[in-house]
Amino acid sequence: MAEVVFAYKNITKRFFGVHALKDVSFELERGRILGLVGENGAGKSTLMNILGGVLQPDEGQMILRGAPFAPKNPLEASSAGIEFIHQELNLFTNLSVSENISISRFPCLGTSPLINKKKMRESCKKLLRSLNLDISPNILVENLSPGERQLVEIAKALSTNADILLFDEPTTSLTAKETENLFSIMRSLRDEGKSIIYISHILGDVKSLVDDIVVLRDGQVICGGPIEDFPIHRMINLMVGREISNVFPERHSHAKDRVILEAKHVSETGIVRDVNITVREGEIVGMFGLMGSGRTEFARMLFGVDPYKEGSITVCTEPLPKRNPQQSIKRGLAFITENRREEGLLMDYPILENIGLVSLPDFSSRMTRMVDSKRLFKQANEIATSLRLKCNDLKNQKVKSLSGGNQQKVVIGKWLLKHPSMLIMDEPTRGIDVGAKYEVYLIMEQLAREGTGILFISSEVEELMAMCDRIVVWSQGEVMHEFEKSEFSQERIMRIAFRQSLEYSEEEKAVVNGQD
Amino acid sequence: MKQTLVRKEPEKGSSAVQEARMPQGRLPLSPQVNVAKRILMSEYFVLYLTILYILILTPIIPRLWHPMNIRNILSNMWPLLVVAIGQTFVLILAGIDLSQTSVMAMSSVVGAVVMTSSADPILFTKSPLWGVFLTEQGGLLGGSPLALPVGILAMLAVGLIIGFLNGFSVACFRMPPFIVTLVSMMLFSAMAIFLTKSENIRYLPEAYLRISKSWFSVISGAMIIAIILAIIAHILLTRTLFGKRLYAVGINTTASQISGVPARRTIITAYMVSGLCASIAAVLYSSRLEMGRPTLGSTLFIDIVGANIIGGISLAGGKGKITWTIFGVFFFIILANSLNMLNLSFYIIDMVKGSVILIAALLDVARNRIRKAQM
Repeated sequence: MAEVVFAYKNITKRFFGVHALKDVSFELERGRILGLVGENGAGKSTLMNILGGVLQPDEGQMILRGAPFAPKNPLEASSAGIEFIHQELNLFTNLSVSENISISRFPCLGTSPLINKKKMRESCKKLLRSLNLDISPNILVENLSPGERQLVEIAKALSTNADILLFDEPTTSLTAKETENLFSIMRSLRDEGKSIIYISHILGDVKSLVDDIVVLRDGQVICGGPIEDFPIHRMINLMVGREISNVFPERHSHAKDRVILEAKHVSETGIVRDVNITVREGEIVGMFGLMGSGRTEFARMLFGVDPYKEGSITVCTEPLPKRNPQQSIKRGLAFITENRREEGLLMDYPILENIGLVSLPDFSSRMTRMVDSKRLFKQANEIATSLRLKCNDLKNQKVKSLSGGNQQKVVIGKWLLKHPSMLIMDEPTRGIDVGAKYEVYLIMEQLAREGTGILFISSEVEELMAMCDRIVVWSQGEVMHEFEKSEFSQERIMRIAFRQSLEYSEEEKAVVNGQD
Repeated sequence: MKQTLVRKEPEKGSSAVQEARMPQGRLPLSPQVNVAKRILMSEYFVLYLTILYILILTPIIPRLWHPMNIRNILSNMWPLLVVAIGQTFVLILAGIDLSQTSVMAMSSVVGAVVMTSSADPILFTKSPLWGVFLTEQGGLLGGSPLALPVGILAMLAVGLIIGFLNGFSVACFRMPPFIVTLVSMMLFSAMAIFLTKSENIRYLPEAYLRISKSWFSVISGAMIIAIILAIIAHILLTRTLFGKRLYAVGINTTASQISGVPARRTIITAYMVSGLCASIAAVLYSSRLEMGRPTLGSTLFIDIVGANIIGGISLAGGKGKITWTIFGVFFFIILANSLNMLNLSFYIIDMVKGSVILIAALLDVARNRIRKAQM
């Protein structure tokens, strides 16, 4: 039996009372690659942040080389031989490769505080050679390709003689060739006796790379073991097989024939490719995809926040100008952004002003541009009441003092005051409690009944299946498939999002049948 | 060891009690502390402070209440108030306008060149304006009845144009306001001096000079202009579409744009308001000095921003009221006047002014902390 290098023992972590991790235990063996898979929000990143010293667990402990291990900060984790290679690269683009690699421990000239540049370059060269990376140590990181940067990041991790390496989605910005190179390096690191934890959404890669696998779902370890026991379809089944804990309202309304929004062949290099989407009056269209699949980026193009190169977008058959949110609003579009703190709300501003912000021109006189505060207050109050917004004082209370769910109602309220004909909602239920979620669903159903078209972006398949008339599945900047309501299946949707074919291969069918 | 442990115990206990009560928003406080806190958190804090300061100074400097001094204080106050109001608009945007002083210098020169009825050839023959815009018979409209209205309009136009250039660069090229307005400050203050060869332009129309003179007791044209401007600015900020959008952009530009706020237009307008206010202040100052002065306002920047900060307007944006600006200007002028009457040197006065601005900024931080703790 191989030696266990590191183990999680009954780790529990809560954020604001919500379990992010619940009693997680598993072990990492020397000289193995362990794959960690799970949906968005399953707790993978939290788990890694605990090991990396960024977060501390509420309960449970970690065992490193036989001794209890509780890093208080990333530095402690690093000096214990644990290195974290992040999803977003943490390199200083304005510094050279060698400077980046030795940033935390520059070699000095004797006891002086001056940097020994020669030594720094030499050791950097050696590292780069071991990674088959043919670049000069003096080149600035900003001049490197994403793949090269990724390898520099790995070189940085190796420079500290770490023996546990964490990779969080390292291949998202790499080409196929760069990915292959990265994998062969990871394999040789493993063969040298290093232990690796690998997190990825690309299950094919996981399947071919890792030795062991752990599946997380809702912050719990669902299953784990050698990769041979886990064909891809089983991984997917395990990842999504969640009990439906939310309750959804019944959908009564039906889509009408009139098309409200139509996007044709929308493309932007490196972001989305040839996207065609229509939304009808009273229709709720879901957009599902993993993070970075292009759904949010597309929504931003629709609304005119971000530019796109090709294609056209029409609202009620009239073309929509590019990059102009004001025009989009005039044509009846509304956009609830995914991050309400940064883009949805003026946190330091009173609730009333937030609700009124979009519709201010409607409440001001043409001539003097004076705002009719009384009328605005009356209508904002009506909206707040109908959304059951819980607040003490509409006029003076700042939005940041509200709970997440009530903040989201303020965002919704500000758009409803404008009576939009087409509502784009990006993760409208993220970070709000179950009760507030239910209310958001009710509002959606109500709007759809009144004829509003809704584009509903979410990472939760269940809520899309419960609320939508159609679901569009995204992967890597493309619309992969459209599911009609009758075809909804959690597993099929996930398969598409993970770029697996809809049909089972013969081998997989045999396994499925075997399981039954 | 034991002693420290024993001493730590009660502290821990009390902090736990505080934490437990925090959600209700109030810490257990004695009534005096509560009143002190309410005064500190009040919008009128600076006004209270000014009144207190005057009360303390009255027995020390009885001359403070001399009618001449009161008139002096007021005539210093109105132009500063006008230009500080303009700065308030930009500060709400989380911007800053360093070029206001150069706007004042340029306006002053341009206005005088239009209005003057006589120019001394000995002083001005080397000026690039000599012969075309400026002759022995005076400026462009020297002696004409149109001189006054056209002159003032030209002054205002200077403010609007420089303000537009600032605003356009900030809004459309996304340049930092500090750099943009620093450059226009250098450029236009140097230009004002270059155009006049650093000479003051005198012989302005009688009607123009009357703007700053006392009409009746303390009432002057400057006072009426400043008060009307303050009222308009107050309405603009609190009641109009532009005002509401100004605060929104100052708090969060991205969120405002997504909500359909024309952020660029709002930013450009704010800088134009700032320039306009500076040029109105130039009208008042030049008429008081009875000349067009290429170095007008060059030492005024600290007073403008200082008054705003003392009034409680944050450099971080999104916060500010015209009443606060008025209180800040009032306090600043009283402070400068009283220090003058104590016969302190110019340098000591500036040192005191600087310290007061620092204390005001510290106070703002303290108030924000208390506000956060109360939430």
